[in-house]
Amino acid sequence: MAIHIDPLEKKWIIMSAAMVLLAWLIILYFAAVKDVHPPSNVEVIDSARLHLDSGIGGGEFAEDKLGVRQDPDGTIVVTIVAARYGFYPQHVEVPVDTPVKFRMASFDVLHGVLIPFSNMNTMIVPGYIAEVTSSFTQLGDFPVICQEYCGLAHAYMYGMIKIVPKDEFKLIARAN
Amino acid sequence: MTESTLSSRDIALSEESTNTTNKLAFWNFFIAFAAFALALPMGAYQVLERSGMVPAIENAAVYYASTSTHGVLMAYVLSTFFIMGFGYHTAVHSLKQKLWSPTFAWAGFWIAAIGVVLAAIPLLTGHASVLYTFYPPEIAHPSFYIGAALLVVGSWFWCIDMVVSTVTWKRANPGKPVPLVMYGTVLNAMLWLWTSIGVASEVLFQLIPVSMGWADSLDPGLSRVLFSETLHAIVYFWLFPCYLVMYAILPKEAGGKLFSDEIARVAFVMLFIFSVPIGMHHLYMDPIVAAGWKLLHMFGTFMVAVPTLITGFTIIATLEIAGRLRGGKGLFGWLKTLDYQNPVVLASVFSLLMLTVGGWGGVINASYSLNALVHNTQWVPGHFHLIYGGTTIIMYFAAAYWLWPKITGHQLFSNKLVITQLWLWFVGMWITTIPWHYLGIIGQPRRVDTLQAYQQSEELVRSWDFSMLIMNFGALTLLVSGLLFVYILFMTSRQPMVSDSERVVSYSEAIHPPLQVPHLLNSLSFWNWAMLIYLVASYGYPVLQFWFIGTPESPAWGY
Ligand code: HEM
Ligand SMILES: [Cu+2]
Ligand SMILES: [Cu+2]
Repeated sequence: MAIHIDPLEKKWIIMSAAMVLLAWLIILYFAAVKDVHPPSNVEVIDSARLHLDSGIGGGEFAEDKLGVRQDPDGTIVVTIVAARYGFYPQHVEVPVDTPVKFRMASFDVLHGVLIPFSNMNTMIVPGYIAEVTSSFTQLGDFPVICQEYCGLAHAYMYGMIKIVPKDEFKLIARAN
Repeated sequence: MTESTLSSRDIALSEESTNTTNKLAFWNFFIAFAAFALALPMGAYQVLERSGMVPAIENAAVYYASTSTHGVLMAYVLSTFFIMGFGYHTAVHSLKQKLWSPTFAWAGFWIAAIGVVLAAIPLLTGHASVLYTFYPPEIAHPSFYIGAALLVVGSWFWCIDMVVSTVTWKRANPGKPVPLVMYGTVLNAMLWLWTSIGVASEVLFQLIPVSMGWADSLDPGLSRVLFSETLHAIVYFWLFPCYLVMYAILPKEAGGKLFSDEIARVAFVMLFIFSVPIGMHHLYMDPIVAAGWKLLHMFGTFMVAVPTLITGFTIIATLEIAGRLRGGKGLFGWLKTLDYQNPVVLASVFSLLMLTVGGWGGVINASYSLNALVHNTQWVPGHFHLIYGGTTIIMYFAAAYWLWPKITGHQLFSNKLVITQLWLWFVGMWITTIPWHYLGIIGQPRRVDTLQAYQQSEELVRSWDFSMLIMNFGALTLLVSGLLFVYILFMTSRQPMVSDSERVVSYSEAIHPPLQVPHLLNSLSFWNWAMLIYLVASYGYPVLQFWFIGTPESPAWGY
């Protein structure tokens, strides 16, 4: 049985479908061609044993491993623990215009992290490692903010990131 | 008009049946609006508290108890009870048949009401300051979860009542289309049955056992995936009755007819099927689900824009018909002749305007790639206050104004105040939500009670000041408007009685009322099967994965 559709309405429905199609295509383009994806590594870790070398995912988040390092292949990796109420280490420095890979784990409850004016945004779910790669285009100090309620002092959960010129970063790395 | 529609319209409901329904509707609305009246001042307080302008009231424990209570009352209590009251009324008056079982309906009402009390006690005393999303492993007092579970179970009684009523009617009227407003209502009931599975499983199998001490640990990843299954479609559960007011009540109130009945059914079916299996867009920023699943849910998320776009078209066309019948000429002349003194007309126009802007915000949230720029910033509460507090609630107001004389028998108190109230809500919503969205873009995180710690980034915090100041004016406007709403309903009960003819409930007609519709646009079972398949396809693996990825579970934490 056919249903009654006004010609104008039919046009509108086709236009609506076209708008949806366009949105899909734009998103697909950025995902497939520009490789823009949200943080989606499904990687588990024992949040209660972050400080130990043993256990699932053990060692990576031990106290002496936290902070900025450069992998043999040149990738800059920042390892951070989120725990009530702070990010550890509380201060990191990374070079401008360089992809930086953040690896983060929670020591206790659900947290999130947000660096304003960047795509550095992810949940940090206990039991899972969050990984985001971001490239910062502006020099200066930026706050690292917990963006998910994690307890009464949630609004005090705060860290700092300093974006430095590439050559200065190399100096710091060498000085280490 | 045909014989058959005439005769079905002539069957009068018994007075007893009407009275039972009115009472049921009244008490459901009563709880809904009492929750609203309690939660509204909390919202205004929250805006003021965190703006830091009155240091004397700053207190994190009070702030988070308040935000948790405000969120739960607005999102779960106001909505559920309003929808139940509206649904009972719709079922009886559109199907012209007595309620399937008033005892069953009252049982659901009491279960849900007791649930609200059980949840409210820990919320108000600071023993459930886990916000309305209650993400584990922070764990609240068990009474909070038990209350929440009862509220959901009580609402299932309503769902069953809607389904049984519709099936009974279909048996008695073979081959006839279910009245449009009821078809939407029953689809919404089924939508809620499907979509509440996620939160119900989370509460029953994870949160109650851990909070009672029966289990030591849980997987917060699983909780988040289950909750996401509820979190998206719940907003369509809230929004559906607003669309129904626009489709079934507005055309007549505006003095015209509905532009299209059949396309409305297509929109309802699409809302049902597309709104549930897409909740993973709430997990875009979560490391617990692989990218492919997120992309899949992104496709579905955009699909659900289609029924909303169709609704926008049909309702605007309907308004145009009414405006032209009232003498409007030219391309836009009909806009001038609409009856803006009619609460349903005015509220619908406001609602559509807020939906248009809020909808674009939603497109940004839904974007797989853009979401990172706004996720968990103030943009998000700005967005949902505009869509839910604005678009949706203003139609709840309109429905209440339309229904109150019919269910209580009293004349509506002062149409002038009613119009003022709607204007204040509309204006207040913009003043509140425009700066709220903007705060998110300039980097303010959501769910913060103070900005003390961020003072280290002085420039950033200073850039937030102006927007936070403006929001206070919006919050105040909304507070005045909301209290005015409650006052109007209260004063209505002291007004003289209306005549019986003014209490008759009748719904709008379409330009072409269908005598028959295709089977699929009148079916319930087909769409339930479709839902089952789509839901298993989109949530099956993401839920099951937790049984074999071996997450070390989390113990319960306080807050
Ligand atoms: C005077 C009017 C209102 C004001 C000033 C207000 C203000 C607020 C504020 C400041 C928050 C905290 C948001 C956050 O930090 O993330 C909040 C949360 C919330 N509001 Fe409102 N609100 C108002 C009305 C409403 C209405 C009418 C509704 C819906 C019917 C509503 C639903 C919610 C919900 C569900 C939350 C929970 C958000 C969360 O936990 O993140 N509000 N409101
Ligand atoms: Cu936090
Ligand atoms: Cu959603």
